[in-house]
Amino acid sequence: MQTSNNAITREMFEHVGKNISQMEAIARPSITYWQDAWRRLKQNKVAMLGLVIIILYTVLAIVGPYMTPYDYRTTNTEEIDQPPSAKHWFGTDTLGRDLWARTWMGARVSLSIGFLAAFLNAVIGVIIGGISGYFGGKVDMVIMRAIDILYAIPYMIIVILMMVVLGQGIMPLVIAMIAVGWLNMARLVRGQILQLKEQEFVLAAKVLGASHARIIFKHLIPNALGVILVNLTMSVPSAIFTEAFLSFIGLGVVPPQSSWGQLAYYGIQSFRVRPYQLFIPAFFISTTMLSLNLLGDGLRDALDPRLRS
Amino acid sequence: MERLLEVKDLQVSFKTYAGEVKAVRGVSFHVDRGETVAVVGESGCGKSVTMQAIMRLIPMPPGVIKNGTIIFDGKDITKLSEKEMEHIRGSEISMVFQDPMTSLNPTMKVGAQIAEGLIKHQKMHPSKAREKAIEMLKLVGIPNAEKRVDQYPHEFSGGMRQRAMIAIALACNPKLLIADEPTTALDVTIQAQILDLMRDLQKKLNTAIIIITHNLGVVANLAQRVLVMYAGKIIERGSLDEIFYNPRHPYTWGLLMSVPTPELDKNKRLASIDGTPPDLFAPPVGCAFAARCEYAMRICYEKYPEDFPVSDGHSAACWLLHPMAPKVKPPVGKGVTL
Amino acid sequence: MVKYILNRLLVSLITAWVLVTIVFFLVRLLPGDPFLSEKVTPEIKANMMRYYGLDKPIHIQYVTFLQNLLKGDFGYSLRYKNRTVNEVIKQAFPYSADLGIRAVIFATIAGVTLGIIAALNRNRTWDYLAMFIAIVGVSVPSFVIGPLLQYVFATKLNLLPVSQWKGFSYTIMPTFALSLGSLALMARLMRASMLDVVNQDFIKTAKAKGLSPFQIIWKHQVRNAILPVITVLGPVTATLLTGTFVVEQIFAIPGLGKFYVLGIQNLDYSLVLGMTTFYGLFLIAANFVVDIIYGLIDPRIRIAK
Repeated sequence: MQTSNNAITREMFEHVGKNISQMEAIARPSITYWQDAWRRLKQNKVAMLGLVIIILYTVLAIVGPYMTPYDYRTTNTEEIDQPPSAKHWFGTDTLGRDLWARTWMGARVSLSIGFLAAFLNAVIGVIIGGISGYFGGKVDMVIMRAIDILYAIPYMIIVILMMVVLGQGIMPLVIAMIAVGWLNMARLVRGQILQLKEQEFVLAAKVLGASHARIIFKHLIPNALGVILVNLTMSVPSAIFTEAFLSFIGLGVVPPQSSWGQLAYYGIQSFRVRPYQLFIPAFFISTTMLSLNLLGDGLRDALDPRLRS
Repeated sequence: MERLLEVKDLQVSFKTYAGEVKAVRGVSFHVDRGETVAVVGESGCGKSVTMQAIMRLIPMPPGVIKNGTIIFDGKDITKLSEKEMEHIRGSEISMVFQDPMTSLNPTMKVGAQIAEGLIKHQKMHPSKAREKAIEMLKLVGIPNAEKRVDQYPHEFSGGMRQRAMIAIALACNPKLLIADEPTTALDVTIQAQILDLMRDLQKKLNTAIIIITHNLGVVANLAQRVLVMYAGKIIERGSLDEIFYNPRHPYTWGLLMSVPTPELDKNKRLASIDGTPPDLFAPPVGCAFAARCEYAMRICYEKYPEDFPVSDGHSAACWLLHPMAPKVKPPVGKGVTL
Repeated sequence: MVKYILNRLLVSLITAWVLVTIVFFLVRLLPGDPFLSEKVTPEIKANMMRYYGLDKPIHIQYVTFLQNLLKGDFGYSLRYKNRTVNEVIKQAFPYSADLGIRAVIFATIAGVTLGIIAALNRNRTWDYLAMFIAIVGVSVPSFVIGPLLQYVFATKLNLLPVSQWKGFSYTIMPTFALSLGSLALMARLMRASMLDVVNQDFIKTAKAKGLSPFQIIWKHQVRNAILPVITVLGPVTATLLTGTFVVEQIFAIPGLGKFYVLGIQNLDYSLVLGMTTFYGLFLIAANFVVDIIYGLIDPRIRIAK
């Protein structure tokens, strides 16, 4: 105190008063939720690798079949069960069809079924879950009871039943998958909406006379979007898996159309002699699901504020 | 009175991706045996972190005790091994947390949760520990203790859960009880009951208590001494009377003015302190409160004030107490009755 | 508790009723008339007519159908001459159940253990390793892992029998292939749940009591963390049971799954629907049991309802 006292002069005791603005100015620069999430996602190398692989496969699904002169449908009895070579990059199947072409035609089917089913499930789930959560009361009770009961019936059982009735093909596959696939998303969105609608900013919007639609689409859905996006990403691999599973038990797409699940199914018949026929489609199914799961994990970590540290 | 706890120049930081948060920036205080000390301050001022440091419950990493000693009953807690610390927690120092709804294990009977500490520290036989648990439940005023001992937390009301928490904390008859905002999560009527209970038990068991709160009203009839914390430092300390009737720090004035009293003019709004506490990533050079202080002087922004003694045991870290400072009439103090 | 059990029982019964009703109307939606196709012998056709009362009005048919199910009768196969679905189930289900139970037990124990190891070593080597295993497990379907195991352990290394179901060494690869996905799911769930519980206030209370890390982990953390994992036991059982369709095919196990896939491939709709009903009812029953177990473990559920 003695030493510091020397430096203290009477002028320093001049009254200045408070300075709230300066106080607020020293706070850290603010970044938006989505900027912060993207920053976190970019830092997550594994998730970014997943994203790159998905993009790569999508591009190959589009251009892959044109990179070889062979058509995915044309059979060739001279060249059956060829191992991978410079001519047939992934070999040929028991009918002599080029497996490179079939693999990427199959990718089109598998990926588009996966993304389409997941997207439609999300749309239906968000709408039904949103209605249930937002309006509450009797509407909510009826919808939730129905969902509870449908949920208790195993998903795969319903899908198989639907496939038996609808017959095989891409559209029946998608319809069967979305018949009960939206349940999860609906539950999730309802929970989110129930939480959000109790918050002050929604009350404020209501007081200001905002319409139901405005509150739902401007205030509630954008705030639940993170959770919706993570769930959507996670449901793509399960849709791809479902397609593969159904094709594998003989309920998927019909040849000459191909899909990864169907290629694996035919590959397994003789895989001990020609393992490449199974392991090539198996590799793509597995790495696609892995990439999407990694990306989903990364998104969840990036978007879930509760997990932030 | 004999010293039980002596904290000297404690500094605690948390390392985050954005930098180091200096949560506690050099805190010194003491607690004597059997006395009650209140630590008052807004959320985020470092009061809970200080207490967690005494219990050695700061998650490390990201937390780190950068400096300081904590002498408890002759031992320096910062230097004890984790094993030695286990014998102190729950047996010599125990803690009651803010939210009784989440502080009890939902899947374990209340009695078993009280008995746990007894079995661990006093090597009590489980059946004996259960008897003691019933005894503790009776002590904290839970009726039907013989039946309640075998119930789960969700069968208890909020107030009863906090009573059970106190029973857990006091089961081993600790020398020091740290109560971290023990009434904040409770209904107002229950708050008074819990505070009364704590005061009664303290008389009965002669336990020293540190009570953390952001509400000065809570401590009015419980504590003997008050420490006021702001932005990781103690900015004023003194006996209960000194703090209530002769406060010297403008922040303490602000806190006192924000306590509702029956005498308060109905037409006047309850005072609040404008602004928010400073960012502890980069604490200001001078007084951390300056930016929110209507009496702030130039020096307040430039130099941190040291503790200016006011009377025996009462001091405040404020440049207004410097002999060269202009005289300011406190807005609260003598006139306030509580 | 009694009220809780009755509540769950009621929900299970309603679910079962919804399921069988869906099945009944789907049968009527089947393209063409599978019961009348030329491959069906008159003998079977007579059985079918009797079973479903196909000449009667639809509501009578529905009642007959429900009555048959209540008697535990799942209908006829079109292909296996004069064989009932019940006979197929009786013959094949023991194999499927054996495989399924092994897989449920293995997935639960290994998954929970892996999750605990990962959570306790958060962001360290063991965590990364366990979570890598888990994410690979979630991503690699059983029809990939099965043949891969066969290729490595049977064809190349000659350590285990390639296929069939004749003793313990035969069960290893199918059990592993079937349970890997669920194991991985439970490991991820257990880890997340452990990390969630560790931030709860009651863990702080336990620490403040002076309990050792071991006591805190076992008595407070694991016990609470395992609750959400138990809730997925129902869906996991469902996944594993449908997974047997594939695994039994790959490993040539004479279980229900094999008949199921054959039924689909032979367009034996009656067999497929009968077996689907059986699977669905079985899984609803399994879900009911899981609910009861959950009620026994979580005191909040037991008394609240």
